[in-house]
Amino acid sequence: MNELETLKRDLATRAAAEGLLDVSYRLFDSPLGTLLLAATEQGMVRVAFSREDFDTVLDALAAKVGVRILERHAPLDGAARQLEEYFSHRREDFTLELDHRLSSGYRLEVQLALPAITYGHTMSYKELAASTGRPAAVRAVGTACATNPLPLVLPCHRVLRSDGALGGYLGGADAKRALLDLEQGPLG
Amino acid sequence: MTTNPAFELVVRRHGTAVLRMCTAVLGPGHDAQDAWSETFLSALRGYPSLATGANVEAWLITIARHKAIDILRARHPVPVETLPQMAALPDGLGCTELIDSLHSLTPLQRQVIGYHYLLGFPYAEIPAYLGGNAASLRRAAADGIKALRQKHQNPEETP
Repeated sequence: MNELETLKRDLATRAAAEGLLDVSYRLFDSPLGTLLLAATEQGMVRVAFSREDFDTVLDALAAKVGVRILERHAPLDGAARQLEEYFSHRREDFTLELDHRLSSGYRLEVQLALPAITYGHTMSYKELAASTGRPAAVRAVGTACATNPLPLVLPCHRVLRSDGALGGYLGGADAKRALLDLEQGPLG
Repeated sequence: MTTNPAFELVVRRHGTAVLRMCTAVLGPGHDAQDAWSETFLSALRGYPSLATGANVEAWLITIARHKAIDILRARHPVPVETLPQMAALPDGLGCTELIDSLHSLTPLQRQVIGYHYLLGFPYAEIPAYLGGNAASLRRAAADGIKALRQKHQNPEETP
């Protein structure tokens, strides 16, 4: 580790100890490419794919949560471990503290309903709309999935179009397909 | 843009320049690292209230200047009533270029230029910190600035 990296890491540790950080983040190497994981004091607030451009993601977090953002691994070690287990067929669902402040209203309601679609299963946008008691809200459900700030953890990849087509995914159609395939494999 | 960038991007963009400045005036090692950490910790505290679109580098350099002077004064207790005024930067050498090229100088040239142009000490006060006398330090700074200017005008030549 070079001098500047060491100084940066120590700065983040001291800043956190003094309660100065709005958001901590770390990168995580996954089979879908590098992911950015971000957390506030309350819990994990964002999972982002590299195609979203991480600097853009950080600036969006700065605007919506707070500008005091630094790379710091400790608060996201648990999330990284659970994702590691998930990608190696050793975990079906996540038990993490989450911070839902990036969503509100019906979008949040839909996103909170996502974990009810269990590992290896899928649901259509229409069925998901019905499960929230608003069967006509198919488009709103689509938007809620497309703007899910916590993909993977809140499994919007398990929501498909009624005709069986994949539908969109923040991480790209290939990532969505890869996750659905992963979940068809046996747990080990 | 309605907010300033994430602080992580500030550290990434300006961390090296601040470390070069701290190293230039305090020498490599512990003191420079302390000044760097104190600078960014203090900047982090104030960052949420920094005006949108402010010149972040100039702001950081000002903080780093104060932190470096604090460390120098703790090391060499020289009574000075007020914080020195920064000297005018030599023509053609903006702050960034000056700091970026300091590492190409001799340690003495680097430190005198750092003390005079970045921290703002008059030459007469610098011997209290670095030894020597004002005339020889002034000459070292002039040689250093000359080298920097040549390097800046012919950027592909390495001295």
